[in-house]
Amino acid sequence: MTVAQPLETQPTAVPGLPGWWPAVRRAGSVLLILLVLVGAWEGYKALGAATGGLIPFTALPLPVRADDKSMPHVWTIVGVLFQPARRGAEQLLWQILLEAALFTWREALAGFVVGSLVGFLLGVVFVHSPLLERGLMPYVVASQTVPLLAIAPMVVIWGSRLGWPAWASVTIISAYLTFFPVAINTLRGLNSPEPTALELMRSYAATRRQILWKLRLPAALPYLFTALKISASVSVIGAIVGELPSGIPDGLGRALLTFSYYYITGPEKLYAAILFSALLGLTFVVLVMLVERLVLPAQRRLE
Amino acid sequence: MSTAQPAVTFRSVSKVFNERARDRVKALDDINLEIQPGEFISLIGPSGCGKSTLLRLVGDLIAPSAGTVLVNGKPAPQARLNREYGMVFQQATLYDWRTISHNVQLPLEVLGWPAAKREARAREMLRLVQLEEFARHYPWQLSGGMQQRVAIARALAFEPSILLMDEPFGALDEMTRERLQLEVLRLWSQTGKTVIFVTHSIPEAVFLSTRVVVMSARPGRISGVVEIDLPQPRGFETREHPRFFEKITEVRERLRQDEVRTPSA
Ligand SMILES: Nc1ncnc2c1ncn2[C@@H]1O[C@H](COP(=O)(O)OP(=O)(O)OP(=O)(O)O)[C@@H](O)[C@H]1O
Ligand SMILES: [Mg+2]
Repeated sequence: MTVAQPLETQPTAVPGLPGWWPAVRRAGSVLLILLVLVGAWEGYKALGAATGGLIPFTALPLPVRADDKSMPHVWTIVGVLFQPARRGAEQLLWQILLEAALFTWREALAGFVVGSLVGFLLGVVFVHSPLLERGLMPYVVASQTVPLLAIAPMVVIWGSRLGWPAWASVTIISAYLTFFPVAINTLRGLNSPEPTALELMRSYAATRRQILWKLRLPAALPYLFTALKISASVSVIGAIVGELPSGIPDGLGRALLTFSYYYITGPEKLYAAILFSALLGLTFVVLVMLVERLVLPAQRRLE
Repeated sequence: MSTAQPAVTFRSVSKVFNERARDRVKALDDINLEIQPGEFISLIGPSGCGKSTLLRLVGDLIAPSAGTVLVNGKPAPQARLNREYGMVFQQATLYDWRTISHNVQLPLEVLGWPAAKREARAREMLRLVQLEEFARHYPWQLSGGMQQRVAIARALAFEPSILLMDEPFGALDEMTRERLQLEVLRLWSQTGKTVIFVTHSIPEAVFLSTRVVVMSARPGRISGVVEIDLPQPRGFETREHPRFFEKITEVRERLRQDEVRTPSA
């Protein structure tokens, strides 16, 4: 309910430049940051090589060893993507990792959907029942303080006893992480209308349901999308962590585990798998952002 | 006058906030007031004297601690359920995700009007406040004064018999304010509604009203009522009328007497 906003809040197009120019500029700045990161990585290695692994002008070792066994060159990591995943195997590493990422993403997506729905419903229930909110909120918060590593094996064991497929347990673990930000932000968003906006509805003698649909929910949308962006990234973490105790062989979890065994002889494969995990989370977040762009005008986005 | 049922009646009304707490505030004490249909009443008084509280009692946004508030002869809660009043706040309180037209249609949607009828009414109301071209715009694309006119159109859309306005022009510049004052007067004479209008401006109260209710603070009381018998319809020439200044002086004196009695905190 912004009232005293300036009239011109749309990003003004620069005259003489096409409409897609801002997108190009944004992509450019992302690339620039990537280059800086690569530069920092290689710079650190160069420093280590020059000083023999010591902090300059001291006899202290660098906090992370800069040799090729601990920090392979960026081009080695990229290069290994285009080599066969195993000696004699036909598939290249990037193909294996892409398949694993897509598999993990399906589990993460299921967890994201289930978790977001549960979180959203909790938010709606809480805004209508202060009693339930006061009673249940402490448990909702406490649920996130239990380490995921402790919960994941338990869910897997229960799941297998109940005869669920392994991916269902992974989905639940992922949902366990995603429902929380959605519940908290939905509640905040549903409570975000100013008192006068609610009094307006009261003056029309609107029902609770009308207040929910015509005021609270639309007001909560920007908050909801903020939560969904967080959920998208943690759903991937939940899925990867969930894959480990489930013994699912097809996802990024197993890839990370396997390559960490071979870290001593070939660390670049582990780094490549880490890179793909990060890219998967990033892609998911970007997807949610694209949907947000379609649904919310720029003036309503929280950033 | 005497045959018509009063639009609003206050009978020994008081309002205490936080009754049993340490921050107990007696906002209104023993309010008695009768407002006839078609009157334009202004409430004026120092900050915190209970003007908004009085208005919110009429609208059943809060309940009195003692006494009765009748609206069109019914208890205020019943009148609210019958949608007998429209409310305009100091801030326009438009919903950002709705176009101007859909903001005006909001009360009609709540009342369950069919879409075609809603749209026709919204168009009509926006014509009334001279904003038809902005029907498809969003609130953030309008100036503060335009937003406030939309809020007025929205309040009038479902034809309530009473219009409650709480410092509707408080956040606006002087020029916009004077334009909107004329607009409200025009709407008032065209529609014959009862208007209760809260303001901090003495000239505004005198210019608009048929009666000015002067209030004093701590606890909020009605300290006097000034009849404004300036000729109708009012316009630019009203502000040059010699009696305009007399009335302004009368209201100001009335307010000052209270100040002398209760030294400001
Ligand atoms: N919801 C509330 N809870 C507690 N006290 C309140 C509440 N609303 C108003 N009050 C108190 O009641 C008194 C009257 O408030 P009110 O808002 O009616 O004043 P007002 O005349 O409208 O003032 P202003 O001109 O500043 O808007 C004030 O002392 C205020 O602190
Ligand atoms: Mg007030």
